[in-house]
Amino acid sequence: MTVVSSGLAVQVGYLARRSVIRTLRQPAAVFFPLVFPVLLLAVNSGGLKAETNLPGFPTDSFLAFALAVPFIQGGLFATGNAGIDVAKDIQTGFLNRLALTPMRGVALLLGELGGVMGLALIQAIFYLVIGLVFGVRLESGIAGGLVMIALAAVIALGFAAFGAYAALRTGSTEAVNGIFPVFFVFLFISSMNIPRNLMGTDWFRWCATANPVSYLIEGMRSLIITGWDGQALGLAFGIGIGVIVVGFALAAAALPERMART
Amino acid sequence: MNVSDSLAVARGVAWRQLHNAVLNPTIFFPSLAFPLLNFAAFAGGLSRVSEVPGFNFAGSYTAFQFVFVLLQSAAFSGVFSGFGVARDFETGFTRRLMLTAPNRSGIVLGYAIASACRWLITAAVITAVAFAVGMQVGGDGVDLFGLYALALLVNFAGTLWSTGVAMRIRSQQAGPVMQMPVFLILFFAPVYVPLDLLQGWIHAVASVNPLTPVMEAARGLVSGEPTKTLVAFGTGVALVLAFSSWAIRGLRRAEAVGG
Repeated sequence: MTVVSSGLAVQVGYLARRSVIRTLRQPAAVFFPLVFPVLLLAVNSGGLKAETNLPGFPTDSFLAFALAVPFIQGGLFATGNAGIDVAKDIQTGFLNRLALTPMRGVALLLGELGGVMGLALIQAIFYLVIGLVFGVRLESGIAGGLVMIALAAVIALGFAAFGAYAALRTGSTEAVNGIFPVFFVFLFISSMNIPRNLMGTDWFRWCATANPVSYLIEGMRSLIITGWDGQALGLAFGIGIGVIVVGFALAAAALPERMART
Repeated sequence: MNVSDSLAVARGVAWRQLHNAVLNPTIFFPSLAFPLLNFAAFAGGLSRVSEVPGFNFAGSYTAFQFVFVLLQSAAFSGVFSGFGVARDFETGFTRRLMLTAPNRSGIVLGYAIASACRWLITAAVITAVAFAVGMQVGGDGVDLFGLYALALLVNFAGTLWSTGVAMRIRSQQAGPVMQMPVFLILFFAPVYVPLDLLQGWIHAVASVNPLTPVMEAARGLVSGEPTKTLVAFGTGVALVLAFSSWAIRGLRRAEAVGG
Protein backbone atom coordinates (compact mmCIF):
# COMPACT_ATOMS: atom_id res chain seq x y z
CA MET A 1 0.00 0.00 0.00
CA THR A 2 3.05 2.22 0.38
CA VAL A 3 3.21 2.58 -3.39
CA VAL A 4 -0.19 4.15 -3.62
CA SER A 5 0.08 6.39 -0.63
CA SER A 6 3.57 7.77 -0.41
CA GLY A 7 5.49 10.33 -2.35
CA LEU A 8 7.25 10.46 -5.66
CA ALA A 9 10.58 9.17 -4.32
CA VAL A 10 9.02 5.98 -2.98
CA GLN A 11 7.16 5.39 -6.23
CA VAL A 12 10.37 5.86 -8.22
CA GLY A 13 12.24 3.63 -5.76
CA TYR A 14 9.84 0.71 -6.18
CA LEU A 15 9.84 0.85 -9.95
CA ALA A 16 13.60 1.42 -10.13
CA ARG A 17 14.23 -1.63 -7.92
CA ARG A 18 12.00 -3.72 -10.17
CA SER A 19 13.79 -2.35 -13.24
CA VAL A 20 17.28 -3.11 -11.84
CA ILE A 21 16.30 -6.66 -10.87
CA ARG A 22 14.70 -7.25 -14.26
CA THR A 23 17.84 -6.05 -16.05
CA LEU A 24 20.15 -8.21 -13.94
CA ARG A 25 17.95 -11.27 -14.60
CA GLN A 26 18.58 -10.97 -18.34
CA PRO A 27 22.21 -12.02 -18.89
CA ALA A 28 22.03 -11.11 -22.59
CA ALA A 29 20.91 -7.57 -21.72
CA VAL A 30 23.97 -7.17 -19.50
CA PHE A 31 26.58 -9.19 -21.40
CA PHE A 32 26.31 -7.74 -24.91
CA PRO A 33 26.30 -4.03 -23.96
CA LEU A 34 29.46 -4.75 -21.94
CA VAL A 35 31.29 -6.97 -24.40
CA PHE A 36 30.32 -5.74 -27.86
CA PRO A 37 31.71 -2.18 -27.53
CA VAL A 38 34.95 -3.58 -26.10
CA LEU A 39 35.27 -6.02 -28.99
CA LEU A 40 34.76 -3.19 -31.46
CA LEU A 41 37.31 -1.12 -29.57
CA ALA A 42 39.84 -3.96 -29.79
CA VAL A 43 39.23 -4.45 -33.49
CA ASN A 44 39.38 -0.76 -34.35
CA SER A 45 42.38 0.05 -32.18
CA GLY A 46 44.28 -2.77 -33.90
CA GLY A 47 43.02 -2.17 -37.42
CA LEU A 48 43.25 1.61 -37.40
CA LYS A 49 46.55 2.00 -35.53
CA ALA A 50 48.17 3.08 -38.81
CA GLU A 51 45.89 6.16 -38.77
CA THR A 52 48.05 7.64 -35.98
CA ASN A 53 50.75 8.12 -38.67
CA LEU A 54 48.61 10.78 -40.37
CA PRO A 55 50.09 14.26 -39.87
CA GLY A 56 48.10 16.12 -37.23
CA PHE A 57 46.64 13.06 -35.51
CA PRO A 58 46.23 14.13 -31.87
CA THR A 59 47.80 11.10 -30.15
CA ASP A 60 50.08 8.17 -30.94
CA SER A 61 47.72 5.70 -29.25
CA PHE A 62 44.64 4.80 -31.24
CA LEU A 63 43.30 2.95 -28.20
CA ALA A 64 43.32 6.21 -26.22
CA PHE A 65 41.68 8.01 -29.16
CA ALA A 66 38.96 5.37 -29.54
CA LEU A 67 38.27 4.72 -25.86
CA ALA A 68 35.54 7.39 -25.82
CA VAL A 69 33.44 5.43 -28.34
CA PRO A 70 32.32 2.52 -26.08
CA PHE A 71 30.85 5.04 -23.64
CA ILE A 72 28.59 6.37 -26.39
CA GLN A 73 27.79 2.89 -27.66
CA GLY A 74 26.83 1.96 -24.11
CA GLY A 75 24.41 4.86 -24.20
CA LEU A 76 22.95 3.58 -27.45
CA PHE A 77 22.41 0.16 -25.91
CA ALA A 78 20.57 1.99 -23.13
CA THR A 79 18.18 3.27 -25.80
CA GLY A 80 17.37 -0.25 -26.91
CA ASN A 81 17.15 -1.74 -23.43
CA ALA A 82 14.95 1.05 -22.04
CA GLY A 83 12.67 0.90 -25.05
CA ILE A 84 12.29 -2.86 -24.91
CA ASP A 85 11.61 -2.83 -21.15
CA VAL A 86 8.87 -0.22 -21.49
CA ALA A 87 7.40 -1.90 -24.58
CA LYS A 88 7.27 -5.23 -22.73
CA ASP A 89 5.40 -3.57 -19.88
CA ILE A 90 2.89 -2.21 -22.37
CA GLN A 91 2.50 -5.56 -24.15
CA THR A 92 2.08 -7.55 -20.93
CA GLY A 93 -0.48 -5.11 -19.56
CA PHE A 94 1.70 -4.01 -16.62
CA LEU A 95 1.29 -0.38 -17.60
CA ASN A 96 -2.49 -0.77 -17.74
CA ARG A 97 -2.50 -2.21 -14.22
CA LEU A 98 -0.30 0.67 -13.03
CA ALA A 99 -2.82 3.06 -14.52
CA LEU A 100 -5.29 1.77 -11.92
CA THR A 101 -3.04 3.09 -9.14
CA PRO A 102 -2.20 6.71 -8.23
CA MET A 103 1.30 6.20 -9.70
CA ARG A 104 2.53 9.47 -11.22
CA GLY A 105 3.76 9.51 -14.80
CA VAL A 106 7.11 11.03 -13.96
CA ALA A 107 7.70 8.31 -11.36
CA LEU A 108 6.96 5.71 -13.97
CA LEU A 109 9.46 7.19 -16.43
CA LEU A 110 12.24 7.62 -13.89
CA GLY A 111 11.61 4.23 -12.31
CA GLU A 112 11.48 2.35 -15.59
CA LEU A 113 14.91 3.74 -16.47
CA GLY A 114 16.46 2.67 -13.15
CA GLY A 115 17.79 -0.63 -14.47
CA VAL A 116 19.18 0.99 -17.58
CA MET A 117 20.96 3.66 -15.53
CA GLY A 118 22.41 1.03 -13.18
CA LEU A 119 23.74 -0.89 -16.16
CA ALA A 120 25.07 2.32 -17.75
CA LEU A 121 27.16 3.03 -14.66
CA ILE A 122 28.53 -0.53 -14.61
CA GLN A 123 29.35 -0.21 -18.33
CA ALA A 124 31.17 3.11 -17.89
CA ILE A 125 33.34 1.77 -15.05
CA PHE A 126 34.04 -1.41 -17.04
CA TYR A 127 35.14 0.48 -20.18
CA LEU A 128 37.32 2.81 -18.12
CA VAL A 129 39.01 -0.09 -16.35
CA ILE A 130 39.59 -1.88 -19.68
CA GLY A 131 41.26 1.24 -21.08
CA LEU A 132 43.47 1.69 -18.03
CA VAL A 133 44.46 -1.99 -17.96
CA PHE A 134 45.55 -1.80 -21.60
CA GLY A 135 47.77 1.19 -21.02
CA VAL A 136 45.63 4.30 -21.55
CA ARG A 137 46.58 7.15 -19.21
CA LEU A 138 43.96 9.84 -18.64
CA GLU A 139 45.39 13.32 -19.27
CA SER A 140 42.75 14.70 -16.90
CA GLY A 141 43.71 12.31 -14.08
CA ILE A 142 41.47 10.53 -11.61
CA ALA A 143 39.01 13.42 -11.45
CA GLY A 144 38.70 13.18 -15.23
CA GLY A 145 37.75 9.51 -14.89
CA LEU A 146 34.93 10.46 -12.53
CA VAL A 147 33.74 13.13 -14.95
CA MET A 148 33.78 10.53 -17.74
CA ILE A 149 31.49 8.29 -15.68
CA ALA A 150 29.19 11.23 -14.95
CA LEU A 151 29.07 12.18 -18.64
CA ALA A 152 28.37 8.55 -19.57
CA ALA A 153 25.41 8.57 -17.15
CA VAL A 154 24.05 11.80 -18.66
CA ILE A 155 24.35 10.36 -22.18
CA ALA A 156 22.73 7.04 -21.22
CA LEU A 157 19.83 8.80 -19.48
CA GLY A 158 19.20 10.98 -22.53
CA PHE A 159 19.25 8.07 -24.99
CA ALA A 160 17.19 5.90 -22.63
CA ALA A 161 14.51 8.60 -22.53
CA PHE A 162 14.35 8.45 -26.33
CA GLY A 163 14.08 4.63 -26.11
CA ALA A 164 11.19 5.00 -23.66
CA TYR A 165 9.53 7.52 -25.97
CA ALA A 166 9.79 5.11 -28.91
CA ALA A 167 8.22 2.37 -26.80
CA LEU A 168 5.41 4.60 -25.54
CA ARG A 169 4.61 5.72 -29.06
CA THR A 170 4.63 2.26 -30.66
CA GLY A 171 3.91 -0.08 -27.75
CA SER A 172 5.82 -2.85 -29.50
CA THR A 173 9.19 -4.49 -28.77
CA GLU A 174 9.56 -5.37 -32.45
CA ALA A 175 9.11 -1.73 -33.45
CA VAL A 176 11.65 -0.62 -30.84
CA ASN A 177 14.10 -3.22 -32.16
CA GLY A 178 13.55 -1.81 -35.63
CA ILE A 179 14.13 1.78 -34.52
CA PHE A 180 17.25 0.96 -32.49
CA PRO A 181 19.63 0.68 -35.52
CA VAL A 182 18.58 4.16 -36.64
CA PHE A 183 20.34 5.57 -33.58
CA PHE A 184 23.55 3.88 -34.74
CA VAL A 185 23.54 6.12 -37.82
CA PHE A 186 24.43 8.99 -35.50
CA LEU A 187 27.38 7.05 -34.13
CA PHE A 188 28.74 5.98 -37.50
CA ILE A 189 28.45 9.40 -39.12
CA SER A 190 30.50 11.09 -36.43
CA SER A 191 34.10 11.65 -35.40
CA MET A 192 34.24 8.21 -33.76
CA ASN A 193 37.14 6.95 -35.90
CA ILE A 194 38.93 10.08 -37.04
CA PRO A 195 39.15 13.72 -35.90
CA ARG A 196 36.87 16.01 -37.90
CA ASN A 197 39.77 18.14 -39.14
CA LEU A 198 41.37 15.05 -40.70
CA MET A 199 38.28 13.87 -42.58
CA GLY A 200 39.07 13.91 -46.27
CA THR A 201 35.50 13.73 -47.59
CA ASP A 202 33.64 17.04 -47.38
CA TRP A 203 30.08 15.74 -47.08
CA PHE A 204 31.10 13.38 -44.30
CA ARG A 205 32.85 16.17 -42.38
CA TRP A 206 29.75 18.38 -42.71
CA CYS A 207 27.49 15.59 -41.45
CA ALA A 208 29.87 14.82 -38.57
CA THR A 209 30.00 18.50 -37.65
CA ALA A 210 26.20 18.75 -37.62
CA ASN A 211 25.88 15.51 -35.66
CA PRO A 212 25.53 16.08 -31.89
CA VAL A 213 27.06 12.67 -31.19
CA SER A 214 30.42 13.99 -32.47
CA TYR A 215 30.47 16.49 -29.60
CA LEU A 216 29.56 13.85 -27.03
CA ILE A 217 32.49 11.74 -28.25
CA GLU A 218 34.86 14.70 -28.41
CA GLY A 219 33.97 15.80 -24.86
CA MET A 220 34.64 12.33 -23.54
CA ARG A 221 37.80 12.04 -25.66
CA SER A 222 39.15 15.37 -24.45
CA LEU A 223 39.36 14.01 -20.90
CA ILE A 224 41.47 11.10 -22.17
CA ILE A 225 43.90 12.68 -24.62
CA THR A 226 43.80 16.46 -23.97
CA GLY A 227 43.15 17.11 -20.30
CA TRP A 228 40.61 19.70 -19.14
CA ASP A 229 39.06 21.30 -22.23
CA GLY A 230 36.21 23.55 -21.06
CA GLN A 231 34.71 24.05 -24.51
CA ALA A 232 34.62 20.34 -25.37
CA LEU A 233 33.19 19.43 -21.96
CA GLY A 234 30.66 22.27 -22.05
CA LEU A 235 29.40 21.14 -25.45
CA ALA A 236 29.23 17.48 -24.38
CA PHE A 237 27.36 18.12 -21.13
CA GLY A 238 25.17 20.77 -22.75
CA ILE A 239 24.13 18.43 -25.56
CA GLY A 240 23.74 15.51 -23.15
CA ILE A 241 21.42 17.52 -20.91
CA GLY A 242 19.57 18.82 -23.95
CA VAL A 243 18.97 15.24 -25.11
CA ILE A 244 17.62 14.37 -21.64
CA VAL A 245 15.23 17.33 -21.66
CA VAL A 246 13.92 16.64 -25.17
CA GLY A 247 13.73 12.86 -24.60
CA PHE A 248 11.79 13.21 -21.35
CA ALA A 249 9.52 15.87 -22.80
CA LEU A 250 8.62 13.60 -25.70
CA ALA A 251 8.17 10.58 -23.42
CA ALA A 252 6.06 12.59 -20.96
CA ALA A 253 3.88 13.80 -23.83
CA ALA A 254 3.36 10.21 -25.05
CA LEU A 255 2.68 8.80 -21.59
CA PRO A 256 -0.87 10.09 -20.90
CA GLU A 257 -2.21 8.24 -23.93
CA ARG A 258 -0.66 4.96 -22.71
CA MET A 259 -1.85 5.48 -19.14
CA ALA A 260 -5.30 6.77 -19.93
CA ARG A 261 -7.32 6.29 -16.74
CA THR A 262 -10.81 5.52 -17.93
CA MET B 1 14.20 -39.49 -51.90
CA ASN B 2 15.21 -37.94 -55.17
CA VAL B 3 16.56 -34.70 -56.54
CA SER B 4 13.20 -33.44 -57.80
CA ASP B 5 11.65 -33.84 -54.32
CA SER B 6 14.52 -31.92 -52.83
CA LEU B 7 14.25 -29.15 -55.42
CA ALA B 8 10.48 -28.88 -54.95
CA VAL B 9 10.91 -28.42 -51.19
CA ALA B 10 13.77 -25.96 -51.75
CA ARG B 11 11.69 -23.92 -54.17
CA GLY B 12 8.76 -23.68 -51.76
CA VAL B 13 10.92 -22.77 -48.77
CA ALA B 14 12.95 -20.26 -50.78
CA TRP B 15 9.85 -18.52 -52.08
CA ARG B 16 8.32 -18.24 -48.64
CA GLN B 17 11.52 -16.94 -47.02
CA LEU B 18 12.16 -14.42 -49.76
CA HIS B 19 8.55 -13.26 -49.74
CA ASN B 20 8.61 -12.78 -45.96
CA ALA B 21 11.95 -10.98 -46.00
CA VAL B 22 11.33 -8.59 -48.86
CA LEU B 23 7.76 -7.63 -47.91
CA ASN B 24 8.59 -7.01 -44.25
CA PRO B 25 10.62 -3.81 -43.80
CA THR B 26 11.62 -4.64 -40.21
CA ILE B 27 13.29 -7.81 -41.52
CA PHE B 28 14.76 -6.47 -44.76
CA PHE B 29 15.80 -2.97 -43.70
CA PRO B 30 18.61 -3.88 -41.24
CA SER B 31 20.37 -6.17 -43.72
CA LEU B 32 20.38 -3.31 -46.23
CA ALA B 33 21.04 -0.43 -43.85
CA PHE B 34 24.04 -1.80 -41.98
CA PRO B 35 26.32 -2.33 -45.01
CA LEU B 36 25.36 1.08 -46.41
CA LEU B 37 26.05 2.68 -43.06
CA ASN B 38 29.44 1.00 -42.83
CA PHE B 39 30.20 2.02 -46.40
CA ALA B 40 29.41 5.67 -45.62
CA ALA B 41 31.36 5.61 -42.37
CA PHE B 42 34.42 3.79 -43.69
CA ALA B 43 34.72 5.01 -47.28
CA GLY B 44 33.60 8.52 -46.42
CA GLY B 45 35.03 9.04 -42.97
CA LEU B 46 38.30 7.21 -43.30
CA SER B 47 39.32 8.13 -46.86
CA ARG B 48 42.55 9.74 -45.66
CA VAL B 49 43.74 6.40 -44.28
CA SER B 50 44.86 5.68 -47.85
CA GLU B 51 47.51 8.42 -47.33
CA VAL B 52 49.20 6.42 -44.58
CA PRO B 53 52.74 5.49 -45.70
CA GLY B 54 52.82 1.91 -47.01
CA PHE B 55 49.15 1.81 -48.06
CA ASN B 56 49.61 -0.09 -51.32
CA PHE B 57 46.30 -0.56 -53.11
CA ALA B 58 45.90 0.14 -56.80
CA GLY B 59 42.34 1.50 -56.56
CA SER B 60 40.68 4.20 -54.49
CA TYR B 61 39.82 3.87 -50.80
CA THR B 62 36.15 3.76 -51.81
CA ALA B 63 36.83 0.61 -53.83
CA PHE B 64 38.93 -0.78 -50.97
CA GLN B 65 36.01 -0.39 -48.56
CA PHE B 66 33.40 -1.43 -51.13
CA VAL B 67 34.89 -4.91 -51.13
CA PHE B 68 34.69 -5.20 -47.36
CA VAL B 69 31.12 -3.96 -47.31
CA LEU B 70 30.12 -6.33 -50.12
CA LEU B 71 31.55 -9.32 -48.25
CA GLN B 72 30.03 -8.10 -45.00
CA SER B 73 26.60 -7.79 -46.60
CA ALA B 74 26.96 -11.29 -48.04
CA ALA B 75 27.86 -12.82 -44.68
CA PHE B 76 25.21 -10.90 -42.76
CA SER B 77 22.47 -11.67 -45.26
CA GLY B 78 23.23 -15.25 -44.30
CA VAL B 79 23.03 -14.44 -40.60
CA PHE B 80 19.74 -12.56 -41.00
CA SER B 81 18.37 -15.57 -42.87
CA GLY B 82 19.36 -17.67 -39.87
CA PHE B 83 17.15 -15.44 -37.72
CA GLY B 84 14.28 -16.40 -40.01
CA VAL B 85 15.03 -20.10 -39.58
CA ALA B 86 15.01 -19.67 -35.79
CA ARG B 87 11.70 -17.79 -36.02
CA ASP B 88 10.22 -20.66 -38.04
CA PHE B 89 11.15 -23.08 -35.26
CA GLU B 90 9.59 -20.85 -32.59
CA THR B 91 6.34 -20.45 -34.48
CA GLY B 92 6.08 -24.18 -35.18
CA PHE B 93 6.28 -23.69 -38.95
CA THR B 94 9.35 -25.91 -39.26
CA ARG B 95 7.66 -28.74 -37.37
CA ARG B 96 4.79 -28.68 -39.89
CA LEU B 97 7.24 -28.32 -42.76
CA MET B 98 9.18 -31.38 -41.65
CA LEU B 99 5.99 -33.43 -41.54
CA THR B 100 5.12 -32.56 -45.12
CA ALA B 101 8.52 -32.30 -46.87
CA PRO B 102 9.35 -35.48 -48.81
CA ASN B 103 13.06 -34.57 -48.70
CA ARG B 104 14.13 -32.46 -45.74
CA SER B 105 17.57 -31.59 -47.11
CA GLY B 106 15.65 -29.37 -49.49
CA ILE B 107 14.73 -27.20 -46.50
CA VAL B 108 18.38 -26.20 -46.00
CA LEU B 109 18.80 -25.69 -49.74
CA GLY B 110 15.69 -23.49 -49.80
CA TYR B 111 17.00 -21.29 -47.01
CA ALA B 112 20.32 -20.95 -48.85
CA ILE B 113 18.64 -19.98 -52.13
CA ALA B 114 16.42 -17.40 -50.41
CA SER B 115 19.41 -15.91 -48.64
CA ALA B 116 21.37 -15.65 -51.89
CA CYS B 117 18.46 -13.93 -53.67
CA ARG B 118 18.03 -11.56 -50.75
CA TRP B 119 21.76 -10.74 -50.78
CA LEU B 120 21.70 -10.10 -54.54
CA ILE B 121 19.16 -7.32 -53.95
CA THR B 122 21.38 -5.83 -51.23
CA ALA B 123 24.49 -6.19 -53.41
CA ALA B 124 22.76 -4.41 -56.29
CA VAL B 125 21.88 -1.45 -54.03
CA ILE B 126 25.40 -1.27 -52.53
CA THR B 127 26.97 -1.43 -55.98
CA ALA B 128 24.68 1.30 -57.29
CA VAL B 129 25.53 3.53 -54.32
CA ALA B 130 29.26 2.86 -54.77
CA PHE B 131 29.15 3.88 -58.42
CA ALA B 132 26.96 6.86 -57.58
CA VAL B 133 29.63 8.19 -55.20
CA GLY B 134 32.31 7.79 -57.86
CA MET B 135 33.92 4.43 -57.23
CA GLN B 136 36.46 3.58 -59.93
CA VAL B 137 36.85 -0.08 -60.91
CA GLY B 138 40.11 -1.30 -62.41
CA GLY B 139 39.00 -4.87 -63.08
CA ASP B 140 37.26 -6.08 -66.23
CA GLY B 141 33.97 -7.98 -66.51
CA VAL B 142 35.58 -11.32 -65.67
CA ASP B 143 37.23 -9.85 -62.57
CA LEU B 144 33.93 -8.42 -61.38
CA PHE B 145 32.16 -11.73 -62.00
CA GLY B 146 34.85 -13.33 -59.85
CA LEU B 147 34.30 -10.70 -57.15
CA TYR B 148 30.56 -11.39 -56.91
CA ALA B 149 31.12 -15.15 -57.11
CA LEU B 150 33.48 -14.93 -54.13
CA ALA B 151 30.93 -12.88 -52.22
CA LEU B 152 28.23 -15.43 -53.09
CA LEU B 153 30.38 -18.17 -51.56
CA VAL B 154 30.67 -16.07 -48.40
CA ASN B 155 26.88 -15.66 -48.42
CA PHE B 156 26.34 -19.43 -48.69
CA ALA B 157 28.87 -20.03 -45.90
CA GLY B 158 27.18 -17.43 -43.65
CA THR B 159 23.71 -18.87 -44.34
CA LEU B 160 24.76 -22.46 -43.72
CA TRP B 161 26.55 -21.48 -40.50
CA SER B 162 23.57 -19.62 -39.08
CA THR B 163 21.10 -22.25 -40.30
CA GLY B 164 23.15 -24.89 -38.48
CA VAL B 165 23.03 -22.82 -35.29
CA ALA B 166 19.28 -22.18 -35.67
CA MET B 167 18.62 -25.90 -36.24
CA ARG B 168 20.44 -26.73 -33.00
CA ILE B 169 19.11 -23.99 -30.69
CA ARG B 170 15.69 -23.59 -32.38
CA SER B 171 15.06 -20.18 -30.75
CA GLN B 172 15.55 -16.57 -31.72
CA GLN B 173 17.77 -16.31 -28.66
CA ALA B 174 20.37 -17.95 -30.89
CA GLY B 175 20.80 -14.59 -32.66
CA PRO B 176 24.01 -13.53 -30.89
CA VAL B 177 25.52 -17.00 -31.36
CA MET B 178 25.00 -16.66 -35.11
CA GLN B 179 26.07 -13.06 -35.29
CA MET B 180 29.10 -12.71 -33.05
CA PRO B 181 31.48 -15.21 -34.74
CA VAL B 182 30.63 -13.76 -38.16
CA PHE B 183 31.25 -10.25 -36.89
CA LEU B 184 34.59 -11.32 -35.42
CA ILE B 185 35.83 -13.19 -38.47
CA LEU B 186 34.94 -10.20 -40.66
CA PHE B 187 36.58 -7.57 -38.46
CA PHE B 188 39.64 -9.70 -37.69
CA ALA B 189 40.48 -9.51 -41.41
CA PRO B 190 42.26 -6.46 -42.90
CA VAL B 191 39.22 -4.16 -42.87
CA TYR B 192 40.70 -0.66 -42.88
CA VAL B 193 44.24 -1.14 -44.23
CA PRO B 194 46.10 -3.86 -46.14
CA LEU B 195 47.46 -6.79 -44.13
CA ASP B 196 51.03 -5.44 -44.22
CA LEU B 197 50.00 -2.32 -42.32
CA LEU B 198 48.40 -4.20 -39.45
CA GLN B 199 50.59 -4.47 -36.38
CA GLY B 200 50.76 -6.67 -33.29
CA TRP B 201 48.08 -9.16 -32.32
CA ILE B 202 45.63 -8.09 -35.03
CA HIS B 203 48.24 -8.86 -37.71
CA ALA B 204 48.80 -12.32 -36.22
CA VAL B 205 45.05 -13.02 -36.12
CA ALA B 206 44.41 -11.61 -39.61
CA SER B 207 47.23 -13.71 -41.04
CA VAL B 208 45.48 -16.96 -40.05
CA ASN B 209 41.91 -15.71 -40.65
CA PRO B 210 40.41 -17.71 -43.56
CA LEU B 211 38.57 -14.60 -44.72
CA THR B 212 41.79 -12.64 -45.22
CA PRO B 213 42.75 -14.27 -48.55
CA VAL B 214 39.13 -13.92 -49.69
CA MET B 215 39.18 -10.19 -48.91
CA GLU B 216 42.60 -9.70 -50.48
CA ALA B 217 41.59 -11.56 -53.62
CA ALA B 218 38.33 -9.62 -53.89
CA ARG B 219 40.25 -6.34 -53.58
CA GLY B 220 42.67 -7.57 -56.24
CA LEU B 221 39.74 -8.27 -58.56
CA VAL B 222 38.12 -4.86 -58.08
CA SER B 223 41.42 -3.06 -58.68
CA GLY B 224 42.29 -5.15 -61.76
CA GLU B 225 45.38 -6.67 -60.14
CA PRO B 226 44.23 -10.20 -59.21
CA THR B 227 46.06 -11.82 -56.32
CA LYS B 228 45.51 -15.04 -54.38
CA THR B 229 42.38 -15.71 -56.45
CA LEU B 230 42.71 -19.50 -56.48
CA VAL B 231 43.45 -19.61 -52.74
CA ALA B 232 40.39 -17.44 -52.11
CA PHE B 233 38.04 -19.62 -54.18
CA GLY B 234 39.51 -22.73 -52.55
CA THR B 235 38.88 -21.22 -49.12
CA GLY B 236 35.35 -20.15 -50.08
CA VAL B 237 34.42 -23.60 -51.39
CA ALA B 238 35.95 -25.25 -48.30
CA LEU B 239 33.89 -22.99 -46.02
CA VAL B 240 30.70 -23.81 -47.93
CA LEU B 241 31.36 -27.56 -47.75
CA ALA B 242 32.22 -27.43 -44.05
CA PHE B 243 29.14 -25.40 -43.14
CA SER B 244 26.90 -27.54 -45.41
CA SER B 245 27.87 -30.48 -43.27
CA TRP B 246 27.24 -28.36 -40.13
CA ALA B 247 23.78 -27.35 -41.36
CA ILE B 248 22.74 -30.84 -42.46
CA ARG B 249 23.87 -32.32 -39.13
CA GLY B 250 21.86 -29.57 -37.44
CA LEU B 251 18.83 -30.59 -39.50
CA ARG B 252 19.26 -34.22 -38.41
CA ARG B 253 19.44 -33.08 -34.79
CA ALA B 254 16.26 -31.04 -35.20
CA GLU B 255 14.56 -34.06 -36.79
CA ALA B 256 15.64 -36.21 -33.86
CA VAL B 257 13.88 -33.95 -31.38
CA GLY B 258 10.81 -33.62 -33.59
CA GLY B 259 11.47 -30.16 -35.04
